[in-house]
Amino acid sequence: MEQRPDPDQLLALIQAEAQQQTRGKLKIFLGYAAGVGKTFAMLEAAHQRQAEGVDLVVAYVETHGRVETEAMLRSLEVIPRKQVEYRGILLPEMDVDAALARRPQLALVDELAHTNAPGSRHLKRYQDVEELLANGIDVYTTLNVQHLESLNDVVAQITGVTVRETLPDRVIDETTELELIDLPPAELLRRLEEGKVYVPDQAARAIRQFFRPGNLTALRELTMRRAAERVDDQMRAYMQSHAIPGPWPAKETLLVCVDPGFLSERLVRAARRLAQEADAEWVALYVETRRHVRLTPAAQERVARALRLAEELGGKAVTLPGHAVAPTVLDYARSHNVTRIVVGKVVRPRWQERLWGSVVERIIRASGPIAVYVISGTAEGRERYPSEAARQPSRRAWLRYAQSALLVAAGAGLSALVHPLFAPTNLAMIFLLVVVIAAVALGRGPSLLAAVLSVLVFDFFFVPPQLTLAVSDTEYLLTFIALLAVGLIISNLTAQVREQAEAAQRREIRTIELYALSRDLAAAANLDEIVQHILVHAGQTFGREVAVLMPDAARRTVALYAASPGLTLDENELAVAAWVFQHGQPAGRGTDTLPAATARYLPLKTARGVVGVLGVTPTDPASRLSPDQRHLLEVFASQSALAIERAQLAEQAQRAKMLQATERLQTALLNSISHDLRTPLVSITGALSSLQEEEIALDTEARRSLVENAREEAERLNRLVGNLLDMTRIEAGALKLTRELCDVQDVIGAALESLGERLRSRPLTVESPPDLLAPLDFVLIVQVLVNLLDNALKYSPPGTPIEVLARVEGGDVIIQVADRGIGIPPDDLERVFDKFFRVQRPGQVGGTGLGLSICKGIVEAHAGRIWVQNRAGGGTVVAVALPLHLAGEGAP
Amino acid sequence: MNETQARVLVVDDEPAIRRFLRVSLAAHGYVIFEADSGQAALSAVVADRPDLIILDLGLPDLDGIHVTRLLREWTRLPIIILSVRGQEADKIAALDAGADDYLTKPFGIGELLARMRAALRRAGQAGGQPLFTCGDLQVDLTRRAVTVSGQAAQLTPTEYDLLRVLVTHAGQVLTHRQLLREVWGVGYEQELHMLRVNISNLRRKIEPDSTRPRYILTEPGVGYRLRDDG
Repeated sequence: MEQRPDPDQLLALIQAEAQQQTRGKLKIFLGYAAGVGKTFAMLEAAHQRQAEGVDLVVAYVETHGRVETEAMLRSLEVIPRKQVEYRGILLPEMDVDAALARRPQLALVDELAHTNAPGSRHLKRYQDVEELLANGIDVYTTLNVQHLESLNDVVAQITGVTVRETLPDRVIDETTELELIDLPPAELLRRLEEGKVYVPDQAARAIRQFFRPGNLTALRELTMRRAAERVDDQMRAYMQSHAIPGPWPAKETLLVCVDPGFLSERLVRAARRLAQEADAEWVALYVETRRHVRLTPAAQERVARALRLAEELGGKAVTLPGHAVAPTVLDYARSHNVTRIVVGKVVRPRWQERLWGSVVERIIRASGPIAVYVISGTAEGRERYPSEAARQPSRRAWLRYAQSALLVAAGAGLSALVHPLFAPTNLAMIFLLVVVIAAVALGRGPSLLAAVLSVLVFDFFFVPPQLTLAVSDTEYLLTFIALLAVGLIISNLTAQVREQAEAAQRREIRTIELYALSRDLAAAANLDEIVQHILVHAGQTFGREVAVLMPDAARRTVALYAASPGLTLDENELAVAAWVFQHGQPAGRGTDTLPAATARYLPLKTARGVVGVLGVTPTDPASRLSPDQRHLLEVFASQSALAIERAQLAEQAQRAKMLQATERLQTALLNSISHDLRTPLVSITGALSSLQEEEIALDTEARRSLVENAREEAERLNRLVGNLLDMTRIEAGALKLTRELCDVQDVIGAALESLGERLRSRPLTVESPPDLLAPLDFVLIVQVLVNLLDNALKYSPPGTPIEVLARVEGGDVIIQVADRGIGIPPDDLERVFDKFFRVQRPGQVGGTGLGLSICKGIVEAHAGRIWVQNRAGGGTVVAVALPLHLAGEGAP
Repeated sequence: MNETQARVLVVDDEPAIRRFLRVSLAAHGYVIFEADSGQAALSAVVADRPDLIILDLGLPDLDGIHVTRLLREWTRLPIIILSVRGQEADKIAALDAGADDYLTKPFGIGELLARMRAALRRAGQAGGQPLFTCGDLQVDLTRRAVTVSGQAAQLTPTEYDLLRVLVTHAGQVLTHRQLLREVWGVGYEQELHMLRVNISNLRRKIEPDSTRPRYILTEPGVGYRLRDDG
């Protein structure tokens, strides 16, 4: 069979390529240590490109005073550095805005992993570089391998030096070109000795520690492997695009369990390496058990960081609530076809493991066909779950312990009172009661204290020999043990129940808040209401001032749409919000980008793009969002985004619908004009031209008939034009009612009068109560009746009776016009009020199909109703109901 | 004055309408003058001394209401307004400003001639006749007597006043405002329901069929007119 490229893969490649075309290209000069000559190689390449005529600038290059490097810089255009002041020191930084304004084809930026001075736009330089790339500028940059996030641990293990400045691996993966700058370690060491490698004085010893031959060789190998991996990727991409058959197994999925321990970030990095080697997709899973709420903020932050890291490294982060870790992980793994699970294992004493078992063991036991990789960590994991006491604010804690001691004292007092009446063994029950009360009211720690104190007090005061801890009767030992054991178990159980209840309560609150938001958002009728709900809910839930920013018409930048009362955003804040809108990433306070801003900005993002920006700023500058709150805020943002998008789509649909309706009307109008306007003109022109022809001898009768016909047609034309004008007025909303109290009889009379001669031939019945006054627009209602009478005349045989009946019913005056005509097919009873609708029947009577819809427009403007019925015995009744009393201010 | 020699000034900016009026009216023995704007009309009134003006409401410079107001400052010359449907407010304003009658375009020449005759007759007989007759209706203003088919009609003082005002302007449209001011006095111009009720009562007493009035005609949105067949 012919090997054809998979269309989906091709599409992905084309999209990637299209993005590359608009994005700048990134070339990284990768080295394994300082001094291998990355900067030099970059400058050399730059010279070559300049010779080819490429417009390039040096955005930031550090020469470290080396003469050869400085010489290379001389013939290149250098953008002056920006001096950022931080705590009184001026720090030189790359001037991103100047580089963007200069718009070169290629920019040189040294040291990609650099961390910017506080107060800069981005936390890291690679973010600056990404901005250059996003603006279509190619970038050459340099990087040492130890800065790569996924190799961070390995490098630390090899060299014993932990590198703080790290770079997400995706930057390398998205790099167009990777050039390996290699120098044998021996050569590098020689250069170091010659002083050709830049070594800052204060760190000289540490650096020398780093530059050991063994380290260098290991780093060099690491660098080459990483570069080779990248080549592999490119090869794979090439083979895919050219449909070269290869061993493409079904994608594997790898799952890594994140826990609050110190191991988690290492686990995530390891998982990423494993996943890459296996060409697998990977997921970082955190199971949120009831323990989660007991974690210290630091531990919660570790979880959040591990999950974020996973996302940065290209994995998917998932949080699932669950009763226990192992079954939740395995359920997820099975339902998502996970083939490998990576878990961390903290080394604990063997007896503990025997006693309690471990998550790892439970996973392995039930894993079945899924391969489990265990990565072990050192004992530092022991402080993983900090005790309850550590979590409680200390001042409150000692108070509760004191209360617990007091409870025991009270128990002792009660026991002393009843001591003469009961055997000492039974007094133990009182102390048991004390322990239970302590557990319920004061928590785990104090109740434990109560249990121990109870045993001591019981022994000391009530067990003979009294006032010593000695025990005369060994039987009491059993009482002690039972008292202690029951106390401990009860305190544990009670505390657990309490914690569960608290956790449930928190989840409940979170759910209620989200539910309240989504309910209000769903109920909101338009964009303004939605935004108001967002402001109110976000403000209440997070105790913060909130602003919603929406894009301008050109979708370039955002402007303040609505904000909590009193909140204003200055130009800087708006610039941050604009950045968030353009990049679709959060920025501002508490994030990695533009952290100096006073508010945190979140993109309101949906699958179709960014619809706006949400800004939250604390009223108290010191308050920070907990990881839980931050998560909730993100959910808030995405719910809000969906609601806003829904409103916008609804608006668009509404506009499209209106446009469509207008188009339909226009088409009908054109048809109507071309036919109905022309027909009378034909008769008029014909009649006039016949009269003009002097050769044709017309007798008086013929002349009279011609003139009569022309006149009738002219009247018809006039009615038609009048109808079209009225319809246009109603459609355009230009219908203005002049309501005044009118005598209904007078209205009917005026309508009959205006039809004049045409009605004379008909037996006419008019029934109308005298002095019935109603607030109507006299002229318009007369017109309604004229239209209805005109229809009655047209659609009933000559000589048949017509009736006009008026009466009061409820709060309405009802006027009916009835004929004995052909009636209306039941299916069309509703549609006769539609514009241009005409009942199809043989022997068509002339008309435009506008009369009844004009009536409807006028009657509805009066807040009235109009309907049509077929009469028993044949014929049609059209009824109009008009309110006798104006409904409050609703009416004009 | 002989009707057939009456001098008529036609004020309209549409040449086609002026031509139609010129031809038709000249055929009925009127002497026609023309003006195509408000200013031209004002000078023509002085220069040509017409007996009647046919004035279009929509003029390129001054509108018809304004022209009416300017003319009424110094002359009682009959003015017939031409308007199109939907201009009710302008029509009422022109009538209140002193115009004698109106016609809605398009109109038949017969109708125009009737209105012109009525207007010219009223202008000729200054104080009005003491005895008004139309069909079976007879009103004797000197005796305050109203008879329908020879039967005396019992009218309240207000109803009689209303009828008297209509009779003195027989054939001419009177706006609600004009009627209210004439019958009830200044300050009652907004009390439309009083007018409606009295008209209704009056009709019941003098009309053969009050649901299809023959004498007191309703001009929708404008006012009332007493039929003048004489």
